[in-house]
Amino acid sequence: MKYSYFPGCSLKGLGRAYEESLLPVMQHLGVELEELPDWNCCGATAYMAVDEGKACVLAARNLALVENSGRQQLLAPCAACYLVLNKTKHYMQDFPAMKDTVDRALSAVGLRYRGNIAVRHPLDVLLNDVGLDAIKQKVLKPLDGLKVAPYYGCQVVRPYATFDDQHNPTTMDRLLETLGATVVRYPLKTKCCGGSLTGTVPEAGLRLVYILHSEAKKRGADCLATVCPLCQFNLDAYHAGLSRQYGPVLVPAVYFTQLMGLAFGLPVQQLGLNRSAIPFRRRPATVAEPTHQAAPAGITPGA
Amino acid sequence: MMRVERTIKYDADRVKGFGKEIMNVPGCEQLSNCIQCGTCSGVCPLSIYMDYTPRQVMALTRADFKNEVLRSHTIWLCASCYACAVECPREIRITDIMYELKQRAIQEGIYPKHFPIPVLAREFSQMVLKNGRITELLLVLRLFLKTNWRAALGNWRMGLDLLKTGRLSLRTEKIEQRAELARMLAAVDGKGGTR
Repeated sequence: MKYSYFPGCSLKGLGRAYEESLLPVMQHLGVELEELPDWNCCGATAYMAVDEGKACVLAARNLALVENSGRQQLLAPCAACYLVLNKTKHYMQDFPAMKDTVDRALSAVGLRYRGNIAVRHPLDVLLNDVGLDAIKQKVLKPLDGLKVAPYYGCQVVRPYATFDDQHNPTTMDRLLETLGATVVRYPLKTKCCGGSLTGTVPEAGLRLVYILHSEAKKRGADCLATVCPLCQFNLDAYHAGLSRQYGPVLVPAVYFTQLMGLAFGLPVQQLGLNRSAIPFRRRPATVAEPTHQAAPAGITPGA
Repeated sequence: MMRVERTIKYDADRVKGFGKEIMNVPGCEQLSNCIQCGTCSGVCPLSIYMDYTPRQVMALTRADFKNEVLRSHTIWLCASCYACAVECPREIRITDIMYELKQRAIQEGIYPKHFPIPVLAREFSQMVLKNGRITELLLVLRLFLKTNWRAALGNWRMGLDLLKTGRLSLRTEKIEQRAELARMLAAVDGKGGTR
């Protein structure tokens, strides 16, 4: 399986632990990733607010470069990149004026996008191309006893994703269970983390982050599993301010790929776990609750 | 000094034709079907901070209250989570309408000037135009300088964390074909409607 790989700016910057864990995990599963040469910023949410035409041109340059490379599948791990690249595909299909604008801009530099690239999220590739059976075979150190709150955030499931449910996505839940983890019920799994509002309007942004933490805590989660670099940053980097304002409510936030690496028994140093401000420590197995308890007298097992 | 403002709108406050203009933008047509049910405001995680709720923005836009909409904080507080767009029973692409309104506000120069969100959007687009990629920390520093440099000092703890976890890199990320990117984006200029 070969994919063109679009890291995006975050995976080279504040979210580098995502790339550090994604690459070895994919390699371990036999998924070949080739970084798209000279990829440019997808434009994220910010460029769409300034000029939608240019935002689509930015994204389309990347799609054209993938086509030139002869690949048909593009892996986009960052939620914002995944959304914007897919949005551009939709806009070019749905709005002829937008297609004209993009075609003209690309042709000014001798590029063309014919519409043949599938933009995929790692969760999609892992469940639908690799398969949970193949993943299960690689699990050397099951995450027994680890309680995980699966947090998908907004832009991976809304509005363009076709691989999971918009209201109650379950791909990551099933993946985590395959790794041996216990997935806690987490009704906020698709609620917004505040995006860049944590920095621009902290009063509003940080409150959303706090709500995500306190719910995970209430559900007894040992950690939150994230699929997006901005979600992870928001859940992790503002810990000092959050603790000051709301008290001890924080739960470590890790990328789902880091949990995969741990379960596969990959070297911990290679998974970027040292990049988090809220330290994530795997509970030693001896502390884990015993799985086979004697049934109390008077109660028939399985009744 | 206390500012006294009229709290209801007069017909004379409307900018005739604005609602039509927005609804003529491809993707925004469904706005005419809005039944004012308020589902958007109910699911919006940020509506409690907005001066007008999303439902009100839909009504104001459709009724030509251009200045009220473009000056509102609402369009900038929208974090693009798309919750409203997937829940709307009339299939109105509310998030995309918000994007259209943000662009209008920037084009017409009537966004709240020291509000950090439009400043971030502008700084972001300029950095992409120049380098083809975003160096996140440089972007954040520029944002703080332009809006509230004291806030940067207030976040010293985060800076220390980033340093300790090896994420405090200020090396500028750049693509090779920057001239190509500039030519491409210049080719978009001079044409109005794009969607």
